[in-house]
Amino acid sequence: MTHTVSITVNDVTYEKEVEARQLLAHFLRDTLGLTGTNVGCDTSQCGSCTVLMDGVAVKSCTVLAVQADGSSITTIEGIASDGKLHPVQEAFWEKHGLQCGFCTPGMIITVVDLLKNNPRPTDEEIRHGLEGNLCRCTGYHNIVEAVKHAAAVMPAAEALPEAEPAHA
Amino acid sequence: MSTKTIGAAVKRKEDPRLITGEAKYLDDVQLTGMVYAAILRSPYAHAKIKRINTKKAREYPGVVAVYTGEDFKDLPALPCAWQAEAGRIKNNLNTPRVLEIDHVTHTGAGVAVVIADDRYTAEDALGLIEVDYQPLPVVVDAEKATQSGAPQIHENAPNNICMDWSCGDQDGTNAALKSSEVVVKQRLVNQRLIPNSMEARGCIAQYLPASEEFTVWMTSQTPHIMRLLMTAFVFGIPETKMRVVAPQVGGGFGSKIFLYPEYCLMAAIAKKTGKPIKWTETRRENYVSTTHGRDHITDIEVGAKKDGTITALKVKTLANLGGVLSTIAPGIPTTLYGRILSGAYKIPHIYCNVIGTYTNTGMVDAYRGAGRPEATYVIERAIDLVARELNMDPVEVRRKNFIQPNQFPYAPADNILAGLKYDSGDYDKALNKALEMVDYKNFRKEQEAARKQGRYLGIGLSTYIEICGAAPSAWIGVGPNGQGWGAAMWESANIRVHLTGKVILTIGTQSHGQGHETTMAQIVAEELGIPMEDIIVQLGDTLGTPFGYGTYASRSAAVGGTAVYNSAQKIKEKAKRLAAHLLEAAPEDMIFEGGRASVKGSPDKGKTIQELAGAAALAYSLPAGMEPFLDDITYYDPPECTYPFGTHICVVEVEKDTGQVKLLRYLSVDDVGKRINPLIVDGQIHGGIAQGVAQALWEGAVYDENGQLLSGSLMDYAVPKASFFPKFELGSTETPSPNNPLGVKGVGETGTIASTPAVVNAVVDALSPFGIKHLDMPLTPEKVWRAIKSA
Repeated sequence: MTHTVSITVNDVTYEKEVEARQLLAHFLRDTLGLTGTNVGCDTSQCGSCTVLMDGVAVKSCTVLAVQADGSSITTIEGIASDGKLHPVQEAFWEKHGLQCGFCTPGMIITVVDLLKNNPRPTDEEIRHGLEGNLCRCTGYHNIVEAVKHAAAVMPAAEALPEAEPAHA
Repeated sequence: MSTKTIGAAVKRKEDPRLITGEAKYLDDVQLTGMVYAAILRSPYAHAKIKRINTKKAREYPGVVAVYTGEDFKDLPALPCAWQAEAGRIKNNLNTPRVLEIDHVTHTGAGVAVVIADDRYTAEDALGLIEVDYQPLPVVVDAEKATQSGAPQIHENAPNNICMDWSCGDQDGTNAALKSSEVVVKQRLVNQRLIPNSMEARGCIAQYLPASEEFTVWMTSQTPHIMRLLMTAFVFGIPETKMRVVAPQVGGGFGSKIFLYPEYCLMAAIAKKTGKPIKWTETRRENYVSTTHGRDHITDIEVGAKKDGTITALKVKTLANLGGVLSTIAPGIPTTLYGRILSGAYKIPHIYCNVIGTYTNTGMVDAYRGAGRPEATYVIERAIDLVARELNMDPVEVRRKNFIQPNQFPYAPADNILAGLKYDSGDYDKALNKALEMVDYKNFRKEQEAARKQGRYLGIGLSTYIEICGAAPSAWIGVGPNGQGWGAAMWESANIRVHLTGKVILTIGTQSHGQGHETTMAQIVAEELGIPMEDIIVQLGDTLGTPFGYGTYASRSAAVGGTAVYNSAQKIKEKAKRLAAHLLEAAPEDMIFEGGRASVKGSPDKGKTIQELAGAAALAYSLPAGMEPFLDDITYYDPPECTYPFGTHICVVEVEKDTGQVKLLRYLSVDDVGKRINPLIVDGQIHGGIAQGVAQALWEGAVYDENGQLLSGSLMDYAVPKASFFPKFELGSTETPSPNNPLGVKGVGETGTIASTPAVVNAVVDALSPFGIKHLDMPLTPEKVWRAIKSA
């Protein structure tokens, strides 16, 4: 049983036939070839697959592609603009907030969402805000530093996502 | 043009592709016509396979093929590359097959495989395979496995014993214990851990029949070893017929060192079907089919004088190796464990006996630290137990027994290090610095005041050493006195300075998060004076990189980095000779500095490395006998290991009514020798600390009596989250290793090795008013609460 969905990903709208059971993560990776979104578990714990759905961070392994019909998705491939890294990407690079890099796309997306809701978080708020994302390499120390760095360099308004496109 | 890149906190060269999603991990690689595999795994921990019916699965739409172990009878069981033989029972061998045929010894063992057009279909069809198992009695505990009446797992392993290994002096240690003023005995359980790299494992195999060539992409820390083992020991084909590629690898922590059944299985199926095939491990599979770590039951006896001087240490360990042996399983609880039991201390008599056992559990092999965390846990707990027994400050007991700076190189007693010697150290200096950072004296006062208010603060130390930079080949490898590793341990690096002055460096080590593309480039930049952006490091592909043994055991900087350094020296020498020729100067008058070869005393008379690279490549005027191009390679076999050290201190508060352990502070002073990139070094320490603290407080693999892994998913196994930790406070001292020209020691495992006992010592210290002397890990609230209640 397949369904036709219309999903806007990184500002491009795709009309695709999908199986009812296809996960959004697999739609992005296998159907669209956007492999920056990683899948690290099968129980919705690790957060490696986090993307923005209509501006809100979601775990794309826990969303069916059909549920995303009409939505606008932003993946790690879509957060830099005009060839310029997003300040959160810059901050992770600057502060060595990644090692193997596998959790990083989901981590960066989560931080974009976190700073949108709380542009000047405390250490405790950052650590709490990252609870849905696991990292096995960094001990989180430099991820927290990266978030603080991003918060410091981002004007509060820049942390807001761009205006959401109208639903198809 | 001064370039000081060694020691600089350079941002990583590999990061742009990782922060943009551009990096290609295994599962991101797609080949034309690729099909997908899913593996049916045994739900039983111990069973005979009586019959497998694959008919329905084969008929399912979209299924290409279904295979069972019978289809791969011609392939041998996987090799075990380390045999520990220094004992009474020669290491017997029981290793996995690509798919088991008639006998499974742990849950998760592969018994059948479905190949389908897509991965959803492959998973669907798994459910249609019927397997008739005859369940057998199960044993999961290493101690019970060796007792009479225990289920026997393998015919060639009576009492489920794989090996009986020892080091040190049994008689001398027993005599010293007998005459010691105090003897402390304690059982210490070092629980099983599950590595959990965020990227699970995976493999893609392709076979080209006309050229008879395999290409196998895999999540590996050791692509060259994988090719060697697969070609020479599994498929019986020349190495020239296989290329192994490790693409971007998302963490490993040891678990991606090994040759796993799935890699050989996919290669075999690619040949059978003629189609490229991909297998990606799910996280649940990862829990049961990827290796675990630790799992020791240890009884120690430590002797001391009343003034705190340690007189002897006797260690008896049961090491649970799982149902079958992983690639280097026997080496971890033997050489990498027993041989460092002297720690940072002058212990006059040491004896260690290790019995490796089979049980109906997943394979156990190297996990970050690999034997050295287990040894460090033993010795650092032993010191605290002695201090407690003598009512001494654990700091004073440590100081009393430290190896002193003027005693290096130091050979631990009873030849337990089998001829090697600690290189350098100043253990007291790191300790003092850490004590200052934590304000130890003041803390003890605060602790006393808090206890009067019914609050339980604790402080714990770990003044660790570790052995890194594995290792001299003659010591570890196949020589007459070798430790049992079935190969060598040198490392390689090839520097090519192209016509434009840009460098391609190829190396035999394999980064899976450590940042080799940056660190290795820094060595080249420093030595050749070439800008970082002009240097690219290529690794992870047997096509195009020189043979190397890969990345583990904190060896890449000390061994691989030295290979890079030595190649750079060779390039410099050739550059100087060429410059002398072009400048009509005497070669012996040339110096190389800041990226330029010039005549000594006439700094304006010189040529830059870029000019010389161009001249060497264009070859219009070379000295007699000189080959074109600046290109050199080094195969470097270290003369010795390296020995990082330091002090970790943990401060906790235990909540009496809930048993909750709160981490108040965590700080460390690590001496890893010369630091090539402090940013990367600190990152390695942070991550290591997190894993070690997690063992002390939260993580642990739990099997039930039927051999079912209860902690079999990320929902059930406590991989720590950001909110679990305080910020880590890092200090350092720097004692260069005399064993390599860079002076580096290694850092990848330091944090994991050091931190676990520091945390346990802190919790036990907090609980000392209750008379609690020891608790086994993980120190969960329930365990601590029960201990307080029954105190």
